[in-house]
Amino acid sequence: MMPVQTLAPKIEVRPSAPVETTGKAKVSVQDLNFFYAKVQALHNITIEIPERQVMAFIGPSGCGKSTFLRTLNRMNDVIPATRVEGRVLIDEHDIYEPGTDVVELRRRVGMVFQKSNPFPKSIFDNVAYGLRINKVTKSSSELAERVEQALEDAALWNEVKDRLKTSALSLSGGQQQRLCIARALAIRPEVLLMDEPASALDPIATSKIEELIFDLKERYTIVIVTHNMQQAARVSDKTAFFLLGKLIEVNSTEKMFTAPSEKLTEDYITGRFG
Amino acid sequence: MTTLTGLCTLLAVSALLVILFYIAWRGIGSLNIQFLTDRPRPIGEGGGVGNAIVGSLVLLLISAGIGLPLGICVGVYLSEIGRGKLSHAVRFIVDTLTGIPSIVTGVFVYAIMVVPMKHFSALAGGVALALIMIPIVARTTEEMLKLVPHSMREGALALGAPQWRVTLGVVIPAAASGIATGAMLAIARISGETAPLLFTAFGSRFFPESLNQPIASLTVQIYNYAISPYDEWHAQAWAATLVLMTLVLGINIMVRFLTRSRLR
Repeated sequence: MMPVQTLAPKIEVRPSAPVETTGKAKVSVQDLNFFYAKVQALHNITIEIPERQVMAFIGPSGCGKSTFLRTLNRMNDVIPATRVEGRVLIDEHDIYEPGTDVVELRRRVGMVFQKSNPFPKSIFDNVAYGLRINKVTKSSSELAERVEQALEDAALWNEVKDRLKTSALSLSGGQQQRLCIARALAIRPEVLLMDEPASALDPIATSKIEELIFDLKERYTIVIVTHNMQQAARVSDKTAFFLLGKLIEVNSTEKMFTAPSEKLTEDYITGRFG
Repeated sequence: MTTLTGLCTLLAVSALLVILFYIAWRGIGSLNIQFLTDRPRPIGEGGGVGNAIVGSLVLLLISAGIGLPLGICVGVYLSEIGRGKLSHAVRFIVDTLTGIPSIVTGVFVYAIMVVPMKHFSALAGGVALALIMIPIVARTTEEMLKLVPHSMREGALALGAPQWRVTLGVVIPAAASGIATGAMLAIARISGETAPLLFTAFGSRFFPESLNQPIASLTVQIYNYAISPYDEWHAQAWAATLVLMTLVLGINIMVRFLTRSRLR
């Protein structure tokens, strides 16, 4: 943590944009335990994620924040020998209830990964993928409109509008990550999960992604996992601190970085460990 | 160490070059249009291997038609679907199949197809070659699919794609050129097989008319001419070898070309 502190000694909390929030919980997690085979990765997590705000998860590597994020759209289902206990309510409906349509869930809860993962298809086909498999659009003109809208939302349209048919792999790293965001936005999810979306990007690309997150929260509930505490402070309204699979503290970001209630949070934020 | 490995490399590469040039030198003399288009004639009347070239291509088509879809399906199963003990067993069996001597495959197909049908046939030859192809194609397909990053599968799943759409729409297209390369290598490999054809396709002195009859192939033709006592047929065997070698080399070069464009 030392080099970061010398570069940016003061963590600035960006004032929240004047957006209308209902203050109601979009996602409500109750007593969640998670196991990889016999290893328990998450212990009794209870948290409420408010609608149309940005919540940041911080904590040292291996603390379970990514695992927790992936329980919110059941991405952990694809890992063999994992087990979940407890409840995850989205709009008051338990997503782990038997008979839940996981495909429908993932349509409502989009995800952006740490490493950008565009498909080896054209830029257009990447963004259109989710629309096509979910049969969202009825005509090709509607499809084109939705793709353009998503690329605009991801602040990528101007850079790629003249080469939609070229391979997505020809884009730069930062553009690829914004393409993945556009791909997730195209199907208009209600919640957007972002797993360290800027960790592999340079500062300029990172700031673009952060601007984007700031704009997107007007319409989406966003949960972002980050290693970078300045980033958490810049983009989020609320912050949750995880340590060794436990949720230590949830607070408004401003309070978290100025006067945390827990000693462990303070130690972590001031760089005493982690 | 540099000297030793260098010498070994030189020895291996020069042996390969000597084979190529020797075959070209011995074969080129008998090579002409008639040789490439005519069927075998009695001694002194010339004749050619046109029927064997057609026969080899027919056999390749049959075996590719059976072996490629089956092999690719097994590869997809091993990489994308199979888990635990069953997939380990399948992988073990596939590896064992790769190691089975091709003559054993030939005898097996003789027992299950030629004996009940009471005659040799192109179909039996194609099946024998397909059996050799399947494990090769299955393992290369599996390896190519495993090279597709896991994050790509997760990306598609996170967009609400069911497993089968992820496999068909994202993973297989991402590995397509690699799978094609594996398929071409398998075809190149079986186009040089002789032993499994001896008891199945048998060979023929005529152009093929039906898949239900014995069919000529370059490799069996070379074998038959080479063990004959006539100098003219020996010369024709060399020329046929040159044709076969060009065919296999052509396929290999095509594979290289495909692989290169994939890396670009």
